[in-house]
Amino acid sequence: MDILYLLIPLSAVLVLGILGVFAWALHGGQFDDLEHQGALILEGEQESIDGHQAERAAGAEQSPGRSHTAPRTEDP
Amino acid sequence: MNANSTAVHYTDGPVRAFALAAVVWGVVGMLVGVVIAAQLAFPDLTHGIPWLSYGRLRPLHTNAVIFAFGGSALFATSYHVVQRTCQVPLFLPRLAAFTVWGWNAVIVLAAVTLPLGYTQGKEYAELEWPIDLLIAVVWVSYAIVFFGTIGTRRVRHIYVANWFFGAYIIAVALLHIVNSAAMPASLWKSYSAYAGVQDAMVQWWYGHNAVGFFLTAGFLGMMYYYIPKQAERPVYSYRLSIVHFWALIFTYMWAGPHHLHYTALPDWAQSVGMVFSLVLLAPSWGGMINGVMTLSGAWHKLRDDAILKFLIVSLSFYGMSTFEGPMMSIKTVNALSHYTDWTVGHVHSGALGWVGLISMGSLYYLIPRMFGRTTMHSVPAINLHFWVATLGIVLYIAAMWIAGVMQGLMWRALNPDGTLVYTFVESVKATFPFYLIRLLGGLLYLAGMGVMAWNVVMTVKNGAVRPAAIPQLAHA
Repeated sequence: MDILYLLIPLSAVLVLGILGVFAWALHGGQFDDLEHQGALILEGEQESIDGHQAERAAGAEQSPGRSHTAPRTEDP
Repeated sequence: MNANSTAVHYTDGPVRAFALAAVVWGVVGMLVGVVIAAQLAFPDLTHGIPWLSYGRLRPLHTNAVIFAFGGSALFATSYHVVQRTCQVPLFLPRLAAFTVWGWNAVIVLAAVTLPLGYTQGKEYAELEWPIDLLIAVVWVSYAIVFFGTIGTRRVRHIYVANWFFGAYIIAVALLHIVNSAAMPASLWKSYSAYAGVQDAMVQWWYGHNAVGFFLTAGFLGMMYYYIPKQAERPVYSYRLSIVHFWALIFTYMWAGPHHLHYTALPDWAQSVGMVFSLVLLAPSWGGMINGVMTLSGAWHKLRDDAILKFLIVSLSFYGMSTFEGPMMSIKTVNALSHYTDWTVGHVHSGALGWVGLISMGSLYYLIPRMFGRTTMHSVPAINLHFWVATLGIVLYIAAMWIAGVMQGLMWRALNPDGTLVYTFVESVKATFPFYLIRLLGGLLYLAGMGVMAWNVVMTVKNGAVRPAAIPQLAHA
């Protein structure tokens, strides 16, 4: 089973690599204020993703979609 | 709208291309699956034409659904998620465009060479060495684009979905390069760098980690972005999602030997594979519960929202198959289940239930937004797709469970004098009705995919491609 002399060291190197990345993430502050980070993806970008439909709707009538995208898109 | 014209835009071209490719390849791959399911029930179906024989179409089916359908869905969603969560366009957009062409070239080459009989004979890694080289080039380009985008991000925190996508990209590169090492003998023939049981060990080290990182980690990336987005609620416990990630990647690498129970592989290596497989139950279920509980306090959304049905039911299949898998890795259970159709049922509860449904749900969220809309052309059609697909999965896996346990019991049944009670062909005859039920299940699942393809065509026809501006963020 010579192959284990390749696969086991490879796994060990990988685990060390993962530990290194984990340490970087830990000390780099990636895990500070975690619960807030989970909510951030729901902010800000929703409008930009849906912006085109809001624009299209705005061409026909003033839709609710436009009224809440407008302040953001006109942000300098 | 002045701000929009001068703003930096997201690189959504590759996202659109891969999203549509996923739908097309999904239809093709599932169609081939239905053909080979029919061949098992009716072996003379293709009149002995070699290019359409089961042995050549089966790897075409697995490659098409895993790497063409699943792979394109992963490319599309990872390119989408990494841009939205990092608030920057893709790094090196031309290289991203190259991955679109390169990956689809790989798929077309696979669709030509596999029916012609060119294969390395390694499960889920059948493609011959020139195609393997192209895969390696495309994959490294993918990694450069993805990690370059992370590196140029404007948001300090790297969202958890990106960790899952990142781990899947790195792991697949490593697995592919090690397992595909081969000595070419001619343009379409090569010999593996490993021999005998060594080759088997490398193959299943690759094979199971492909399940772990391609079919699990990658799609968990989708789960952690599209479920919160569609539910409009943050993930139940963001802290748990981080624990889920690190626990999963630390423990996954050594589950592979459970594919080689009772073989020439050393007994201790088999036991290591079994123990690591059992350990995996914990992070898998942590992640599953975390995803489902995202709907906590808003369960009514599950009743009203067809896309959420796809996403949440996919998680229940994830939970089911990550429970079933560790159980099947226990040696005594494996003695019954291995080489039977139970394994096929297990794989498909993961593939149709988890990978398929999470991809479809994510694409239903993504595709309208990539074509200037908020919803698909027909929402009732999404509902129809969901119910047809779910019914198909239930028929498929129930038939394979019964068939598998029956086969296992028939094969091991002994007379008092030590001779076998049943001949092999008797177990084949007994399996026939379940092959028919499985075929029906597969047909339903394919029909659902057909409904999706129609819905996508109508959505794109009535949509518009416009660049999406990157918002100015307060928290950047």
